[in-house]
Amino acid sequence: MSVQAWTFLFVGATFGLYLVIAWRSRVSDTRGFYVAGQGIPAAANGMATAADWMSAASFISMAGIISTLGYAGGMYLMGWTGGYVLLALLLAPYLRKFGHFTVPDFIGDRYRSDTARIVAVICAVFISFTYVAGQMRGVGIVFSRFLEVDVNVGVYVGVAIVFVYATLGGMKGITWTQVAQYWVLITAFLTPAIAISLQYTGTPIPQVGLGSVLLGEGTALLEKLNQIHADLGFASYTEPFIGGWDKLNVFCVTLALMAGTAGLPHVIVRFYTVKNVAAARWSAFWALLFISLLYLTAPALGAFARYAMLEGLNGRTEAQLPEWFRSWEQTGLILWLDDGDGRLAYTGREDNEIFRSGNMGAAEVAAVKTDHDRWLIDRSAGQDGRAVLRQAGLSGPDRDIIVLATPEMAGLARWIIAFVAAGGLAAALSTASGLLLVISSSVAHDLYFRIVNPKATEGQRLLVGRAVIGVAVVVAGILGIYPPGFVSQVVAFAFGLAAASFFPVIVLGIFSRRVGTIPAVAGMIVGIGFTAAYILGSVYGGWSSWAFGIGPQGIGVVGMALNFAVTLGLTPFFPAPDASIQELILSIREPEGAGPGLDIDHSVEAD
Amino acid sequence: METPPPARNPRIADAINRYWRRNLAIMAVLLLIWAAAGLGAGVLWAETLNAWSLGGIPLGFWFAQQGSIIVFVVLILIYALLLNRLDRQHHEELATIHGDAS
Repeated sequence: MSVQAWTFLFVGATFGLYLVIAWRSRVSDTRGFYVAGQGIPAAANGMATAADWMSAASFISMAGIISTLGYAGGMYLMGWTGGYVLLALLLAPYLRKFGHFTVPDFIGDRYRSDTARIVAVICAVFISFTYVAGQMRGVGIVFSRFLEVDVNVGVYVGVAIVFVYATLGGMKGITWTQVAQYWVLITAFLTPAIAISLQYTGTPIPQVGLGSVLLGEGTALLEKLNQIHADLGFASYTEPFIGGWDKLNVFCVTLALMAGTAGLPHVIVRFYTVKNVAAARWSAFWALLFISLLYLTAPALGAFARYAMLEGLNGRTEAQLPEWFRSWEQTGLILWLDDGDGRLAYTGREDNEIFRSGNMGAAEVAAVKTDHDRWLIDRSAGQDGRAVLRQAGLSGPDRDIIVLATPEMAGLARWIIAFVAAGGLAAALSTASGLLLVISSSVAHDLYFRIVNPKATEGQRLLVGRAVIGVAVVVAGILGIYPPGFVSQVVAFAFGLAAASFFPVIVLGIFSRRVGTIPAVAGMIVGIGFTAAYILGSVYGGWSSWAFGIGPQGIGVVGMALNFAVTLGLTPFFPAPDASIQELILSIREPEGAGPGLDIDHSVEAD
Repeated sequence: METPPPARNPRIADAINRYWRRNLAIMAVLLLIWAAAGLGAGVLWAETLNAWSLGGIPLGFWFAQQGSIIVFVVLILIYALLLNRLDRQHHEELATIHGDAS
């Protein structure tokens, strides 16, 4: 069977499975729709949280980023896992005790302010949409390469699948589908990693393989990588703070990702879905344990892929190029512009011949190639395409192909290659559906029910919830078909915005009884305003990183510090919350008297 | 909203305060370890730690890409065990107080 046939088989089988699960867990009330009736077991909720969390970025891009950055790739690993410690210790148990549906709900009730609620809804919707757009692009990439259909057709199929199971089952359908998706994506990630580790080092544990001696080389993998990097003019793979990433920026990005993770609404809402406070804590543990399986494997996969790529490409002639190179060349994610000697050179110097097309259109790339071919024949005509692409910042292959192409690079079986495609889709779809639910609950619950029409019946609210999800899926699909050029950057920025807005207000809302409404709203606005302005200024306004040399990805830390400073600085001048809010805070802090987990089949509003 | 806590019997208020202070103490210790493993060993001291190596991997690099994640998982496990035990103790303490009062 060909790779394509295997891919159709795996993708068809897994999609069928998701739809069956969705049909079996369809719901008929808002409690089931938003928080799955609060009856999900902790371990299952942990798996669902893990699948929700591990997006197309984690599955497809992260190992590639590590592969390219070496040591500095650790900031994503630490940031995206360390955030769970903050979440488990500072937020999850208290928000579960609070016992409502959404993050804006908590902010609106704790600070008793519709302004705060609306600011929170806007933050939640904005963060979720930027994120969803990235997922839909991931779906498009997988479909275009493995099923050889148009990217847009891939997005349509993804939209249709998510639409069916998100509107049908709400949180309950999504949770059980995500449990299945977790197993698909983690098996699909570990299988090639284990196979490659066995092939290169003879050990089946990739994490051990990372430190092992390469078979037939007599040198350790990382040592060999550092040697190759030095020979080819790349920065060292294991030494920190060389190349573009200095200590301050690595520190700030790591911390921004940690606080951002703890402030992301689609992760927080997960802890509302478990039975009780103790289960919320266990759920955080299970989630990070399941996530760590992938996050501990990604660095090994990244290092093996780096080695396979540098060794597999350098010095090859056109005829000797591996099969995977040709298939990915067609997608534009990897390009070769030869200097005339007929041998490929992938280096960190000016003689580099490997590029990617990035956001350039196909016509633009073709023009660069034609000019380059003319230049090769007659140096006075045409233009050196390598210089053009280098100046556009497009040196090296697109990092997104690393995970998807590694099984092919290592010559693994065809079914493994196809299975990885199904895993990438599971990762993208599970995250997209979780985010869409946050958008739906923010609009239908916080905006419609809590502000616009508090007398809405159960049926009306469910209808609005489903309608909003429907609209949101379509908008997400449009964003996937016409991706704004900055999607990949914006996803990283979403963390900075979450760190600068939600994280401080929620933490202070739980741990301070003194902070009142006005200081909190002012802090949120200053935090997110400063962060957003700095990011926009850096990306579009050409600002040089004037805040202590911190780049836009790490600036959320400064925004967060400002948020805390403004809130705490204003607090003494404004009244403390009244007695009923004081009671609310005390009751959140104490586990006694938590609302019981409700039977999914007999749930009623427990207000 | 859940039913508000019962009227403030001083012994109950004491028990609740004790519970909250212990919770904060456990949290402070665990967060200190969190910062030391991730931001400390993984970033601030990474260059120094790279002088040693663990199973063929430079130690600072290992902390950034493997060790910190393992520490994070263990931290949440310890937190869940300690806090859920503290919850049970607190629950029993309150039950005793209510028993004495009636």
